[in-house]
Amino acid sequence: MTTTSPSMVHIKTTVNGQVHELLVPPYMSLLDTLRELIGLTGTKEGCLDGNCGACTVSVNGRIVDSCLVLGAEVDGKEVDTIEGMATPEGLHPLQQAFLEEAALQCGICTPGFLVAAKSLLDNEPSPSEGRIRHWLAGNLCRCTGYDKIVRAVQKASTQ
Amino acid sequence: MVATFEPKTDYKVIGTRPIRHDGYDKVTGRAIYGADLTLPGLIWGVCVRSPHAHANIKSIDTSAAEAMDGVFAVITGADMPEAPDKLVDLGEGNVNFKWASNKLMAGDKVVYRGHPVAAVAAVDRYTAEEAARKVVVEYEVLKAVTNVVDALAPGAPIVLEDLVGDDLGEDVTNTNMAEHIRHEFGDVEGAMASAAHTIEREYNMQMVHQGYIEPHNATAVWDEEDRIKIWTSTQGAFTARTQIAGILQVDVSKVKVTPLEIGGGFGGKIPVYFEPIAAILSKKSRRPVKMVMERVAVFETTGPTPGGRMIIKLGADANGKLVAATADIWFEAGANPGAVIGPAAMCVYAPYEIPNTRIDCWDVVVNKPKTAAYRAPGSPQVAFAMESAVEELCQEAGWDSMQFRIDNSSREGTRRGDGVLFSKIGMEEVLEAAKNSDHWNAPLGDPPAGKKRGRGMANGYWFNIGLKSSVNLAVNSDGTVMLIEGSTDIGGTRVSMAMHVAEVLGIGAHEVRPSVVDTESVGYTDVTGGSRTTYATGYACWIAANNLVDELKKRVAILWDISEDDVEFSDGVFSSKAESEKTIDFKELAGKLADLGGPAISTGSVDLESAGDGFGLHIVDIDIDTETGKTDVVRYTAIQDVGTAIHPSYVEGQLQGGAVQGIGWALNEEYYMEEDGSMANSSFLDYRMPTSLDLPPIDTILVEVPNPLHPYGVRGVGETPICPPIPAVANAINDAVGIRLYNTPMNAGSIMKALSK
Repeated sequence: MTTTSPSMVHIKTTVNGQVHELLVPPYMSLLDTLRELIGLTGTKEGCLDGNCGACTVSVNGRIVDSCLVLGAEVDGKEVDTIEGMATPEGLHPLQQAFLEEAALQCGICTPGFLVAAKSLLDNEPSPSEGRIRHWLAGNLCRCTGYDKIVRAVQKASTQ
Repeated sequence: MVATFEPKTDYKVIGTRPIRHDGYDKVTGRAIYGADLTLPGLIWGVCVRSPHAHANIKSIDTSAAEAMDGVFAVITGADMPEAPDKLVDLGEGNVNFKWASNKLMAGDKVVYRGHPVAAVAAVDRYTAEEAARKVVVEYEVLKAVTNVVDALAPGAPIVLEDLVGDDLGEDVTNTNMAEHIRHEFGDVEGAMASAAHTIEREYNMQMVHQGYIEPHNATAVWDEEDRIKIWTSTQGAFTARTQIAGILQVDVSKVKVTPLEIGGGFGGKIPVYFEPIAAILSKKSRRPVKMVMERVAVFETTGPTPGGRMIIKLGADANGKLVAATADIWFEAGANPGAVIGPAAMCVYAPYEIPNTRIDCWDVVVNKPKTAAYRAPGSPQVAFAMESAVEELCQEAGWDSMQFRIDNSSREGTRRGDGVLFSKIGMEEVLEAAKNSDHWNAPLGDPPAGKKRGRGMANGYWFNIGLKSSVNLAVNSDGTVMLIEGSTDIGGTRVSMAMHVAEVLGIGAHEVRPSVVDTESVGYTDVTGGSRTTYATGYACWIAANNLVDELKKRVAILWDISEDDVEFSDGVFSSKAESEKTIDFKELAGKLADLGGPAISTGSVDLESAGDGFGLHIVDIDIDTETGKTDVVRYTAIQDVGTAIHPSYVEGQLQGGAVQGIGWALNEEYYMEEDGSMANSSFLDYRMPTSLDLPPIDTILVEVPNPLHPYGVRGVGETPICPPIPAVANAINDAVGIRLYNTPMNAGSIMKALSK
C-alpha cells in the first residue's frame, strides 16, 4: 500500500455478510479500510476525530465511529455499513421513512444517521422522541435541524 | 421590462411532496460525493500549513519531502501563476484573482494560521502527510491582529502591505481598512433630534463557521493537451471554473468542472480551495491528484462568516413610529478583503419603514481565515443588532413590540436602507400570521424547578437573488422527460426542478428525470446560493417546458395535418381547436415522435435581476438554569413568507435548518481566538454545533404571498431563516432572566456573568 509502511496486518472480516481477507497497514482506520481497500464509500469522512458520526458503522452489533477504529481491529468481526442496510426485498423501513419524511438535505450525514438509528430500533422497537434525540446526539447534521430526522425514525419505529 | 405573473392556486404537481429522485442513492450509500471519487492511478495531495497567523517566510526546504519514496510532486507559492488584481462577479460575492491565489498558497508571507505554504502529492494520503511533515519552513513571526478594533488602531500591524483601501471613494494605503461604504437618506440628524424616544447600543459578534459535515475536496487531472479536469464538491461548477481558470491563468474552456454530490455548503463551498492546487500537483506529477481537507483546516482556513462590531441608534416618535436610524458596522474580512458589508447594509433596516436613515460599513482585514458567504451573509449579524435594539426601545417606551413591528412594517413601496424600493413583499402577512399563531398565543407555562422560562421573537430578512441559469429538456419515447441542469443539488432541488417541468407538461414529478451535469454539458449556471436555485433555475425549467410544448405542437400538427396554431395544450393533453374530440396526451405523443420529426428537445435560460424579497419571524421559548446558565430551547416556531412552496417538505426543511444554525450561533458557536491568531476550538468537540438532543421540534408556518416575478410565485427561502434566531434568543433570555446580552455567543458563561452583576 505505502512505501513507508511497516509490515501489513492480515485480517479476515465480514462486511455486510461478505467475507473479506485483506492486508491492512497497521495505522489504517476502519473508515479508510472500508473506503479505500474495500471500496465501500457510503461511509463518510466528516472530521476524523469521532465528533460528527458521519462514519458510523456497526461492529458486532455495536455502533462505532469507524474513524476511531483501526482496520486491524475488525479481524474476525462482523461489520455492517449503510451499503448492507437495504435487502433484495427493498429498502429498510428507516430508509423509506427518511425519503418520505424528507429527512435529508445534502445527505452526507444520512448513512451515519441510518446506521445509528437502525441500531436503536434493533434493540428498542418503539423509542420515545426523547430517546431518539438522545441516541442520535452523536451524529451531527447541519442541514435539517434534526426535526425531520427524528420524525422519520418515529415513523419507521411504528412499522 | 421584467415579466410579472398573476398568482395561481390550481396546481397539480406544485405543492405536493414527491420523493426526491436522488434520495435512493443517498439513503443507500451509493451517491458519489467529492471524496468518494477514484480514478486509475490516483494519488493524494496534502498541504503544508503555517502554524503562525502572521509571519514572513524566510525559506522553504522541500528536499527531504521530494526525496521520499512514493512522493511525486512538491509545490510552493513559486509554482502558482501570477494572478491579476482583478475583481470578478461570482453571483453571490466577488473574487479577486490575486487575493484568491494568495489565499490558496502563500507567497513570501502568511496571513492566517493554516495558510498553505507548500503542497505534496504522494502515492497515498498517509505518505503525503508524512512527506508534508518533512517540508522545513523558516518563519519570522509577526504580531497578529485578530479583531476590527485592533486592526484599525493607529500603529496596528499591517496584514497586507499592498492593500489600497477605498474610504468612500478615496484611496488609502498602509491600512487594514479595505472598504468604507455609506448609504444616507433624509434628514437623519434632524429626525433623531426630534424623536421622543431614542436608543443607542453596541453589539459585538465572533466569527462562526458554516459547519458543513463534508470537508472540502477536489480531484484534478491536468492532461497532455493542457486541459484541466476537476471533480469537486461545489455550490457552483461554473463559478468554480471561473475561479480555477483565473487563478491558474488559463482560458475557461480549458477547465472542465464536474460537480459531484455536495455534503453541505451554506455559502462556504462557493470559493475554491484545493482545486487549483490539485491541478498544479497533477501537472507536475502527470497523475490524477485527490485532496480531502482535514477538519482542523476546514475551521482554520475556510468559511467563516464575519464577526465584528455594530452600533445601532433608533429614534421613534411619541406614537411609536420609527423616524430615524443609524448603523455603524465593522466586519472582519479575514486575511483578504471582502467582508459582506454590502448585504449587511441592504438588510439592516429591511423589515421596517424608516424615513431617515444612515448606514456606514467598514470591511476590515485581520489575521484570520478569509470569510466566505454563510447563509444570508451579513444579515444575521445586523438582525441581532437591529432586533435587539427594537425590543429594548419598546421596553423603555412601554410599547408592545409585536404591535410596534406591525405599525412600522415595511411593505410594497418601502425604501430599503440602501435605497431600493420594495415590490410586493410579505412582511405584514408574516407579522399577522405570527400574531395569530398558536405559539404566540400559548401561555408560557411553568419551567422545571431551578429554571426560568422566557419567550422572544425577532424578524429576519434576505433579499434573495436571481442571476443566470440554463436547462435542457429531451423527451423519451416512453413519455418521460430528461432534465439537464447546472445547479448543484444541495438540499432537494432536483425534485423541485422536476416539479416545475412536470406542472407545465401535465405529467408526474417522477416522469421528469433530473440530472446535474458538468460545465461542458449545459449552459452557464450561477451558484446554488443566494436562495436562487428554485427561483431562477426553476424559472428556466418553466421556460424550457413551455418551449417543449411549442415544439410538440408542431409534431401534433404533422400528425393531424393541421396548422400548429390550431393545436391547443392543457393538462398534459394536446387537442385540435377545430375538432375538440381530437386529442392526444403527452405520453402517447412521445411514443410517436420517431415518425413525427424525430427527437424533441428544448432549452431554457434566464438572467434575472430581481428575485423577490424574503421576510420571516421566529418565536422561541427557552429555559435558563440559573445555577449553571445553561439555556434549553423548549419551543420554536419559524414563520416565513415563502412565496409559493413548490415542495413544502424541503421548504420546511430550509426553515428548520436555518433556525437551528441560528440557534447554534446564538448560544454556543464562535471562533475562540488566541492572541496569536490561532483558533483554540478547531474541532466539532469544541466548536459546539447543536445536536438532536439540544433541540425541540422546529415548527413552521409557511405564509404564501406569491412572488409576481416568478411564474409559480416562488421566493427564495433558504437564507432568511438564519436571521431571526439570534435576536429571538437574546430577547427570550431577556424575558426569562431580565439580562440583556449584546455579544455572541450567549453561552452559559456569558449568562452567568451577566446574572452575577
